[in-house]
Formats: sequence, structure tokens, C-alpha cells
Amino acid sequence: MSGHANGASAVLERLPRPVSGPSRPYQFPRFDRTALPNGLKLVVAPITKLPIVTIALLVDAGAVSDAPGRFGLAQLTAKLLLEGTAAGDGTAITDRFERLGASIEAHADWDVAVVTVTTLTDKLRASFDLLGEVMRAPAFTEREVERLKNERLAELLQLRAEPRGLADEMFSRFLYEEASRYAHPDGGDEASVRGLTRDAISSFYAKRYSPNGMTMIVVGDVETAEVETLAAEVLGDWKGHATTTGSTSDEAARRTRAVHIVSKSDAPQSELRIGHLGLPRRHPDYFPAVIMNAVLGGLFSSRINLNLREAHGYTYGASSYFDWRRQKGPWVVATAVASDVTHSAALEVINEIDRIRTAPITNDELTLATSYLDGVFPIRFETTSAIAAALTTLVVYDLPDDWYDEYRERVRSVTTGDVLVAAERHLRPEALQMVVVGNAAAVRDRIEAMAFGPVRVYDVDGRPA
Amino acid sequence: MRIPIETFRLANGLFVTLSEDHTAPIVAVNLWYHVGSANERAGRTGFAHLFEHMLFQGSADVGANEHFELIQRAGGTLNGSTWLDRTNYFETVPSNQLELVLWLEANRMGWLLPAMTQQKLDTQRDVVKNERRWSVDNQPYGTWWERLPALAFPEEHPFHHSLIGSMSDLDAASLEDIKHFFATYYTPDNAVLSIAGDFDRSEARDLITKYFGPIPAGSGRPPLPDMTLPATFGGWKRVVVEDDVMLPRLFLAFRAPLFGTKQYYASSIASAILGLRKGSRLYRRLVRERQVAAEAQAFTYDLTKGTDLLVIDVTARPSLAPEALEREVADEVDLLVRDGVAEEEVARAVALVQTEFVAAMQSAGDRAERLSLFATYFKNPELVNEQVQQYERVTAAEVNDFVRERLGEENRASLLFVPRQHAAEDQVPSDEIVAGVGSGAPA
Repeated sequence: MSGHANGASAVLERLPRPVSGPSRPYQFPRFDRTALPNGLKLVVAPITKLPIVTIALLVDAGAVSDAPGRFGLAQLTAKLLLEGTAAGDGTAITDRFERLGASIEAHADWDVAVVTVTTLTDKLRASFDLLGEVMRAPAFTEREVERLKNERLAELLQLRAEPRGLADEMFSRFLYEEASRYAHPDGGDEASVRGLTRDAISSFYAKRYSPNGMTMIVVGDVETAEVETLAAEVLGDWKGHATTTGSTSDEAARRTRAVHIVSKSDAPQSELRIGHLGLPRRHPDYFPAVIMNAVLGGLFSSRINLNLREAHGYTYGASSYFDWRRQKGPWVVATAVASDVTHSAALEVINEIDRIRTAPITNDELTLATSYLDGVFPIRFETTSAIAAALTTLVVYDLPDDWYDEYRERVRSVTTGDVLVAAERHLRPEALQMVVVGNAAAVRDRIEAMAFGPVRVYDVDGRPA
Repeated sequence: MRIPIETFRLANGLFVTLSEDHTAPIVAVNLWYHVGSANERAGRTGFAHLFEHMLFQGSADVGANEHFELIQRAGGTLNGSTWLDRTNYFETVPSNQLELVLWLEANRMGWLLPAMTQQKLDTQRDVVKNERRWSVDNQPYGTWWERLPALAFPEEHPFHHSLIGSMSDLDAASLEDIKHFFATYYTPDNAVLSIAGDFDRSEARDLITKYFGPIPAGSGRPPLPDMTLPATFGGWKRVVVEDDVMLPRLFLAFRAPLFGTKQYYASSIASAILGLRKGSRLYRRLVRERQVAAEAQAFTYDLTKGTDLLVIDVTARPSLAPEALEREVADEVDLLVRDGVAEEEVARAVALVQTEFVAAMQSAGDRAERLSLFATYFKNPELVNEQVQQYERVTAAEVNDFVRERLGEENRASLLFVPRQHAAEDQVPSDEIVAGVGSGAPA
């Protein structure tokens, strides 16, 4: 048969677009809640699909609890859990997990520290034992403290040459007031990291890492009763009382627009961030805000992406998102564009923000966002680790247990009117901050000509140039 | 564990693999075309990838970007990707949307060209140029993924040139190129269609026949030139690159047995022993014990033609000079060659592979992707179910044979990134120095 490059399309029979049948029902996995006598809370979702289990142990010890001058303490403490215990050094601990084929990770985000283990079911008992050991008997040796501090310093050094990460970091720095923990990197800055000591870590651990401040989420091929037994054996005799969550200021540094250009003279592209304060995760407008953001910049077919990428070819991609936290995280539009169109791309973004506040979105736009979020719901929870992450969200933000059961209905009930109200309330063009990491000489004049706001130029360390 | 697999072929040559799993109302569709950057003609580097972008610009019954919109409106996720020797397109959707996905994929396989315009090509050319700036030019070390193949494969080899392409070659791409590439490579007999998840096999078979059946076979894929290469580099090839980076970083590559051969699994285990996770040798020695590296890992490219590559990737700590980085890494490799691996190290690697396989098989998209991979390269998707056993059969002696044969100085190619100021101090005169074959420290 011949090829079909030329003219064949007129001959071949084309079929019309099919209409889909009804969707099959789906329910977010059932989960049980229980607790040990020492206060450790358990959330267990038994799933029998495959012989695998994910455990996420949440500790109320996120980076917001870092005291001034000790930024990075929460993150360093979480990471050090895996770097040695009374029974063995970091190499030995790692080796024991990996010989089981299990993975273990520990980190602290803004609100919570999380230790995550994924293991095959037949290694669950051994993995539990090891997890208990790293949680209860971390050694915090001087050597490992120094090593991880040095690794963080290397990471900070790398960041100066990494435009994407630098733009995100600088956006937070210019967005929040100095007194806010959010204005400073979650892993700490150079000065604060240098000042972290073994004593500070030990005392942070003693104050924060206690069973009454923890929740253990277990998802996968295991029964709730078995988890209760294992948890009781491994963590049941752990005593202690954690102090309660810290909080931080989440106020902005400025009430009016400003442009912050971080100069990288030979950058072939500008990393662009435009945004302002977002909402706390438990905000009552959560659903309208999510839909509004999806239409504006959250989806591939969003206004901002279609405008910047498909209509103008300015970028490989442009998106907007809420960085959800217990308190007000940023809301930001992020993209990377060639230097010579930086100002044009910024103008298009600002126009799109104005436009979604002045007229309702179309019904087509609304249903694209709602039917996407509604339909994609089961796809988000295919793996034990994804389900554990969803339950983590529930616990960290103290959402009701029926949150995921109600989710799809709440998405579907958002109207174009709700979206307009959310855009009017929660997008604030007058407060937008713009960060450009790029060639300052090439972009500055045209950005000043936009009259967006005062323009300042900084070096890669954020010092005024 | 095994996943169920059914295979058949349509009269037009389309190879189909199906794997049912009704645990969630989700279905994944994964379509591989057996064409990648290796098939590009001279002067058209980056074309296979640019073409992938054009497949989202509509077809006879689908508007520009409508493919994205329809899938997202259906509650699905989607994307495409281009590699050296294949291009894939994939969607995961609620199971009642399977027919829509098949219609969309068939529409662009059969009737792409009526939708192609110069304006769409020009826009996507700009998008891809920005993708190049974003992922390569404006990323520290971002050029490694075109420099390493350029170093590891000889100039005329199909894997030598850049996958994302040069700006001037992207400029040269025309609508005529689109027509020709489409007619040559985007034919059912050069494609594999995999479906995994919640569907009924006989219904799926009917739908596939209905939508893809009318599309005529192509006239056969033009053969690639002979890609065979010697088992080793025949020396130590070195390239030093000055870049806008803060820390030295070394990529050290070895030619390795092709993916799918028996010897591949020994190579893959050796790679895991060297640099998979924090229990690996390079991490333990260089990051933890000697504290000279910030990061250390190793991986294989998993190529099925020419040669595979095993690659070590280590980033120095700020205090370590570039030459010292190369020496530290080489010392570890030499130690491995001299003393071999221990049984426990093999056992650790196998245990990680076992868990990783079960974890991946949770996702319909991952299942479909692996089915397409083994169907495309080996015409045998059943191999998905044999991978873990292949790893379990590897002995320490086999790993040691591989290590002795392939990790010596006669089989090394290194790409060393150095911060600009270091380079100036070391009086490296140009952007790139090929030190050629031989041993000793970099220039």
C-alpha cells in the first residue's frame, strides 16, 4: 500500500468524534483513624491492589517553627534523622533500609516534617522496626551535622547559577516582610546555616519530636489492626510531650507594585515571576479560587499559557499556582521568556489578570476546569504514595474526613459568578510584585517604560546593584 | 507479580498490546512511533522533537491545541516525548473516555496533514527554541545531555547529534519536511499502541480496529545506517567545558552492553552498585565518607542499538578542584575493577529493583509505557513480566566480568564541567577542549 502523505485524506473514511458513556463510580480509599495511648495518631488506608505499603510519619516540626537566626533548623533536624542512630551510623541505617528494597526520605516543609517509607509488604515488619529506630534514637553526631550543613551551603552556592530556583527564592524574599519566616529560604540562608549547632538540633528534636505531636499515615496492603499492633510495638512506649505548632507573620513587604530585577548578565532567557500573597489552605473560597486559577494559568489550555505559548510563542510554558500552606503562601505566575520579549510577556500576564477580574469566564472555560478536576480525581490516587500524600494534606490542614468524598461535588458546584468573585477578591493587580532573573541591561529600559512600578536591580545574592 | 498481556496486530501493521486491570476506573493509552532524533537527516537536528510538538497542533477533525483541551476536559492527563529512537504520545483518562482517546490518536495518525500550516510551524519553532533555552542553555550543566552523546558516539553515528537541535536547523525546518517525515514514519506499521487499565478486551479490540483499521500502512521505514560500535572507546576521551556553574561536575561514561541482552542486567546492577541511592558506593564513599562530593549517582541509557552507556554523574563540593574530582571518581571505579563487588551489594540492588517494579506497576500509565517499550524494541511485551527475574539471576561473578571488561581506562569518556573562574585560572583557552584519547588529568 502506498503512503498517505498526499491527498489520501480525501479518500480515507474519517469517523466522527465519539460521545462518552457514563463514568464508572470511584471512591477515595476508606481510611481508619485510631491512636496509641501515648498520643500518636494513626490513619490507615488498607489497599489490596499490590503487595506494597507506604508509611508517612508527620511531625509538627515544619520550617515555620524556626526561630529568627536559626533558619534551616527544622529541615536540618529532619534530614539528620537518617544520618545515624544509637545503633549505627548513616551508612549502616541506609544499608539496612536498602537491603530490604525499601526507600526512606525525610524532609521538613513549611508546616510539617515528614518521614516517608515505601516497602514491599513482606518487609513491612523490618521497615517498621527501622523507622522506629530512626525516629526515636537519632545520634545527631557532630560529624554528620557539619556534613549536612556543608551540603546545604553547597546547595545555596549552586542556586546562584540556577535561574529557576533563584527566581522562586527571590520572589519569596521580595514578597514577604522581613519578619516573616516565608521571606527566608526554608532550608536556611548562609549565615543562619553556619550558626546551627548540634545542641540547637538536639533541643529542637526534644521539643518537637514527641508521639503526641505526630500522625502516622499507612497506606497499602495491610490491615488497620496489624498497623496498630506494629505501631504499638515500635513506638508505643515512647513518652514525651511536644510543644504546639509555631506560626509566622504572613504579611507582604509592600502594598504597591514593584519590579525586582536580579541580574545575570549572560542569561539567554528571563525567568519571570509575577504575583502576590495567596490564601491560607483552609480559606472558605478554596474551590472558586482553584477553579479561577485553573482557567487563568493552571491548565495547559489556560488563558496565560495559550496566550504566551501558543498565540505568541514567547515561552515553552507559562503557569500560575497557589503555593498552599497553613498560612498565606504565594500566588504566582511563572514563566521563562527570551530577554527581548520579557516586557511584552509581562504585559500579557498583567492583562490576563485584569481581564479575569472584569468579566465572567465563559461557561466553556468553567466546565473545562471543573470537568478536568472532577475527572482526573481517581487518576491522582493510583499509588500508595499518592494516597499517603493526599491523607497528609488532610492531616496537616486539619480538613474534615469527608473532604475527598465531597471534593468532586464541590468542584462541580462552582459557578462563573463564584469565579468572578474569587478573582475580584483574591487577585490584586495593585499589589503585584514582579521578579525577573535575567539580563538586566537588556530588559530594564522596556520594563521601566511599562510604568508597572519602581524598578530595582539586584545581584544574585539579592543585594542592590 | 505478573501483569496480564494480550497482543495482536492489525492488517495495516499496527502492533497492539492490552493489559486489563479493573481496580480503578482509569485507562492509559500509550502510542510509540519507532522514530526519534536518530532518523533525522543532516541539517535537520531537532526535527523529530519539533514534529512531536506539531502533533498537538490539530488534525483533520481536531483544532490546534484541541487535543489537549479535549483530554483535559475529559479529566485526563497527557503528554508526548521524543527520544533518540522513538517518540511517544500518552494519555491517562477515566475509563469511559477510552474511545475519545483512540479517536484522537487515530485522527492524527491518519489525517494530520490537512491541519498543518506555516503559521503553526513558526509558532512551535519559537516554542521549541524557548524550550531549548529553558532546558539547555539557561540551565547550569544544561548542555550535558547533548554534549555527552556527542562525545560518546562518533560524528556520523545517528545518536551523535543533538536531540533538541540547533537553532539554525530548527529555522530550516519546513512544511515539506513535515509532510515527508509524517509519510515516512507516522504510519501504523511503525507504531505500537498499548492500553492498560479498566477496559474490556474485546470492546477495545473492536474500537482499535474501527479507528485505526482504515489507516493504510506505510511503505516501510528507511533503514538506519549500521550503528554497531566497538565494545569500548579504545581509550579515555576527555572534554572539559567551562560553564556558568558554581561547582565542578563530572559525567563519566562507559560503553556497555545493549539493553535487552543478558549482559545488560549485569551492567545495570553494576550501575546500581555504583550510584543508585544513598547506599551506593559513590554516594557512601564520596558524599558521606570523604565528603568531596555534593551529589553522586549512576545510570544506564538503556539503548538497544549501537551501544548502551553506563554513566556516572558526580558534583563536587565547593572545596574540590575539577582535576581532583576526576581522580576521586576514577579511584572508586578502579577499586571496583580491582576488587569486584560483594554478594550483598548485588542483593541490595536487586531488592531495590523488586520494590521499584511493584511501585511502578501501580500506575496504568507506567504499565502502558513499559508494554510499548518492549513491544517496540523487541516485539515482545511479555518481557515486562520477566525483568525482575532477569535481575534476580545476575551473580556477583557476572557483575565482576562486566566491570573488568568495561570499566577500565580503555573504555572511558568524560565530560567535566568547570566553573568559569576556575577555567580562567587553569588557563583553559576555549569553550571546549577535546583532550583526545589517553590517560592523565584533563588539560
